[in-house]
Amino acid sequence: MTRSLLDFADWTAEQVQAIFDTADVMHEVLARPVKKVPALQGMTICTAFFENSTRTRLSFELAARRMSADVVTFAAGASSLSKGESLRDTIETLNALGVDAFIVRHEASGAAHLVNKYSAKPTINAGDGRRAHPTQALLDAYTLREKFGSLEGKKITIVGDVRHSRVARSNAELLPMLGASVTLCGPATLLPKELARRGVTLTTDVNEAVKGADAVMALRLQRERMNAGYLGSLEEYAATYQVNEALMERARDGAFVLHPGPMNRDVEISGSLADSPRALIVRQVENGLAVRMSVLYHLLVGRGA
Amino acid sequence: MLKIVNVKRVGSDAEEVLFVDGDKILGWNLAVDADVTLDGGGGTIVPALIELHAHLREPGQEEKEDLASGLAAAAAGGYGTVVSMPNTSPVVDDPAIVRQLAEKAARLGFARLRPAAALTKGQQGKELAELALLKDAGAAMFTDDGRTNEDARVLRLGLEYASSLDMVVSVHAEDATLRADGVMHEGEVSEALGLPGNPAEAESARVARDIEIARLTKARLHVQHLSTARALDLVRRAKADGVPITCEVCPHHLTLTHEHLRGFDAQYKVAPPLRTSEDAAALLRGLSDGTVDAVGTDHAPHTSSEKERDLLTAPFGIPSIEVAFPLMYTRFADTLGLQKLVDLFTSGAARVMGWDAPTLEPGAPADLTILDLDTERAVEPSTFRSKAKFSPWAGEVLRGWPTLTLVAGRVAFQRGA
Repeated sequence: MTRSLLDFADWTAEQVQAIFDTADVMHEVLARPVKKVPALQGMTICTAFFENSTRTRLSFELAARRMSADVVTFAAGASSLSKGESLRDTIETLNALGVDAFIVRHEASGAAHLVNKYSAKPTINAGDGRRAHPTQALLDAYTLREKFGSLEGKKITIVGDVRHSRVARSNAELLPMLGASVTLCGPATLLPKELARRGVTLTTDVNEAVKGADAVMALRLQRERMNAGYLGSLEEYAATYQVNEALMERARDGAFVLHPGPMNRDVEISGSLADSPRALIVRQVENGLAVRMSVLYHLLVGRGA
Repeated sequence: MLKIVNVKRVGSDAEEVLFVDGDKILGWNLAVDADVTLDGGGGTIVPALIELHAHLREPGQEEKEDLASGLAAAAAGGYGTVVSMPNTSPVVDDPAIVRQLAEKAARLGFARLRPAAALTKGQQGKELAELALLKDAGAAMFTDDGRTNEDARVLRLGLEYASSLDMVVSVHAEDATLRADGVMHEGEVSEALGLPGNPAEAESARVARDIEIARLTKARLHVQHLSTARALDLVRRAKADGVPITCEVCPHHLTLTHEHLRGFDAQYKVAPPLRTSEDAAALLRGLSDGTVDAVGTDHAPHTSSEKERDLLTAPFGIPSIEVAFPLMYTRFADTLGLQKLVDLFTSGAARVMGWDAPTLEPGAPADLTILDLDTERAVEPSTFRSKAKFSPWAGEVLRGWPTLTLVAGRVAFQRGA
């Protein structure tokens, strides 16, 4: 088993399957009255969040605590680097305090790789720049697998700001590995043509993108994108690319809707669709906890899963 | 009187003896007595190399480099003359700073320093600096390197003014708006890594504009550190049209590509960025066919901790002044030949600057370098004279290391000394 989860470059479908199988077990743990196992007792896990993210951090911290690990949190704004301390110094300091594993969120792509290089400890990428957010992709795939049984042959469409989305990049790595095809869709300014590869197609035509899809994921659209010139207005975006009931008519009957959160209701996704039974958004969050417990288990305890 | 025994000239296997009298070359194989004898060890003797693009960081950023470390590093790299870039703190846009730098460098006695001065006040690209006074103070050329000249009219005026002073203007040719926040070459690798890209067209679009301004002003324009096949081709065509333009390329753009960034190592972060292998091959063709006038290093030292940051926050720049010649010799001697390679580091650089081509003939300044073309030695950053003790070529085994650098008849560097 890979010792770190930075992206899916050196992962196999079998290893991912093992993560999913253990996540099933973790779900059982989470259903018990005492939602705690001693698997990581005596270990210290550091959530090193150089970029703010309350939701992801809470999910990881809860996952670690459910497995009896001690958790220390390093929370720094981007200012810590401008104070002159390098990422290397920060990580070496934390390492010297006896941390057993790092969970890293950083605004710079590749930062998790650097943490892993400087610490030589198991490292989980909790989102680095635009690069990767592998546990989000795992929980997305796990949630879809829960509904479909298998992802083989499924068409998954991802709509929104693909350019700046680590969630889209990680899903475009993982889902084809599990047999699904991925269609990335968004305005041309937010859809880098270089992302096309085997199992991944690109289109700016949202109707075409959603046609026959088994699931559609909407990505968060940030207001800053307008100021940066990527878009005319959020209203225009919503009128053109919003994932809503009318658009979902083009998908397969009963197709599911996902969103990595946090949502801008009625911008990238209609509020009513987000609240509908076909939306898996709350289930994604629930599964995130089990999947992250499973990842921690495999990286810190599991052997050759 | 000094004599250097046991040296060869490029293209010859004959061992010869060179006599130096004071700061001038006296002649070859003379029947005269010398006070001091140096053994060239069978090395090849060439005019001292000329670096037309180095960042020595003084004044203001001495933690990265200063004149003493930078010029010692240059001498160790075989350079006898260094043109330093003015993007220091404060900017070299004041004649007094030019004088201070030149005087300090002369006291140090390593490589000669020829400071470049800013083309515009504070390198802000808005108002011309005091170009005539800067020239009087000893400025060797004008450039806003480190910044891009966004205002085409200001560049036009600067070229016209510099031309009246018979001075060259060099430019960092990148459209800053098209480059935007790019930290590496825009393409497949930048998208795979999720890093903001800098498209090749940011360079070629700006080179196209600058060629037209050079055409308009008929003034000498030098384009620094070309990185793309497209921009090089534009220069090739402009030269064919008779536009008075010269250009340089850097060792890193010839030997490294954007693929090297896959490990997220900020040592490879440089501006303009490492491009594709096709671009590197095109640049090498540009060296062969004469489109490229010179090799400049763009030696850009930083502290190690700065380069250990992530790719968004680490500074741009690769230090290379101590390895440039051996690197180019080891990789490209077969393609280019030794004479061509030496020309790119000497007479080509002199031509860009508007200086006489350096020679080893009697009466010429005694600025010379002995190269050991045979002994293999690995790049070992901890031994660098530069304060920047890191290198993307660390561990690479190279040949063509300088063993002796003489500047104005003085030993500025001797390997093992």
